[in-house]
Amino acid sequence: MAAIVNLNGIAATFPGAEKPVFADIDLSIERGEFVIVVGASGAGKSTLLRVIADLLAPSAGTISHEIETRTDRREIAMVFQEARLMPWRKVSDNVALGLEGLSVSVDARNQRIADALKLVGLADYGDRWAHELSGGQRQRVGIARGLAVDPDLLLMDEPFGALDAITRQSLQDELLRIWEETGKSILFVTHDIDEAVYLGDRVLLLGGAPAKVVRSYDVDAPRPRSREGEDVGRVGAQVKADLSTLFDEGGGI
Amino acid sequence: MSRRTLLGAGGLFAFLLIWELVARSGVVEATLLPAPSKLPATLISEVTLGFWHQMVLASLNHYLIGLISGSLLGVIVGAAVALFPVLDDVQSWLARLLRPIPPLAWIPFAIIWFGISETAAAFIIAIGVFWINYFTAYTAVRAVDPDLIELASSFGHRSLGASLRKVILPAAAPGILSGLRAGLGQGWMTVVAAELFGITGIGQRMNEAAGLLATEVVIVYMLTIALLYGISDMLFVAAQNRVLRWQR
Repeated sequence: MAAIVNLNGIAATFPGAEKPVFADIDLSIERGEFVIVVGASGAGKSTLLRVIADLLAPSAGTISHEIETRTDRREIAMVFQEARLMPWRKVSDNVALGLEGLSVSVDARNQRIADALKLVGLADYGDRWAHELSGGQRQRVGIARGLAVDPDLLLMDEPFGALDAITRQSLQDELLRIWEETGKSILFVTHDIDEAVYLGDRVLLLGGAPAKVVRSYDVDAPRPRSREGEDVGRVGAQVKADLSTLFDEGGGI
Repeated sequence: MSRRTLLGAGGLFAFLLIWELVARSGVVEATLLPAPSKLPATLISEVTLGFWHQMVLASLNHYLIGLISGSLLGVIVGAAVALFPVLDDVQSWLARLLRPIPPLAWIPFAIIWFGISETAAAFIIAIGVFWINYFTAYTAVRAVDPDLIELASSFGHRSLGASLRKVILPAAAPGILSGLRAGLGQGWMTVVAAELFGITGIGQRMNEAAGLLATEVVIVYMLTIALLYGISDMLFVAAQNRVLRWQR
């Protein structure tokens, strides 16, 4: 399989800070791969996504994309924790945000908005205002907005962290379905270990100060998976054990 | 008709009735308090003599020039100061010094600089309107959620122009519009005062009439201002509701 993005020795430092948040991060994500980043808060998980999304310049290291650049799509799109819908735009116009500025005809744009909304199960919601939606629906719109620009890599920053348990589980299953249908690569940040091992092909544990990739776990469990499955549970238990060891060592709280 | 409409109409009618009774009772001299029943005839005579529309048009002219220039400058400068920290630092003492000066305190300079002219009246109106819009635009732009700006830039809208169009202006619109609306009222308050110094308009006509103790003429123009303000506010709110229809 071909890597679509490669990080080599990436570090990020906040303005004014002496020590980087994380350093020496090497990571390559393959086409169609579902990669999860977990770690203690303060380990810079969200910051890592921002560096990959080019919202923040790394203080060291290089990133290379092996993605064909085209004017009718964006290589990378981001889904945020709080959905971040613009309240002055209808749902379909929120989904259109990333398409504005791409060379996409009006018809093609409308088609892509409709397809993206259909994919997240909100085909009939294009004409609603953001405040008319539930928390889970808002997050679906956030995902549709990311998918509409047809990215190779979808960055997801704790997208289900603010949702109740039932909504979270149903959105996890929706996301797996969407991932299988579209073949996108996903880099997904969470602090929920059960979510991590249920969703991911590979889980990276960030820890230390500055943070590094402490360990990487392959989740070999076949799909569709069960949340209670033995192999999923085994990896989960291992991640939890390592995380608490990290915590005891004071490696980033 | 709703209960509120009925009671509102009743309150207004009671007010006019008491006013009429007091004026007719002879307790108060007729020049000090003209009866409301005399006002329609006064209005008709002001209209047929040609004063009414001449004064209204003159005042409307000062008002619109002052309002538009003051609002535009206020919004642009206020937003710019909120966007650029350097400007914010530069303005901090300056605004504190200039803002408390009431618009009417500028009348001497308005007359020295522009003479007894339409420009002088528009200038005074513009000053009051400027500060209202300056502060509301400043506050509204400062309050824009930085997460939405980050969102837009993650989808490729990175330049200042793009974040203004996609995020800052729509997000700040409710605040900016409430400032424009407050300015609309403030403008009518200053327009009359600005004209008391002989600049043609409603204020000047009221001043003349007061000098002749033609108090019913004064009241006709007082009500005219109330009417003009009511119409402009109503039109503005209608436009505002269209622009902000995304709000609940």
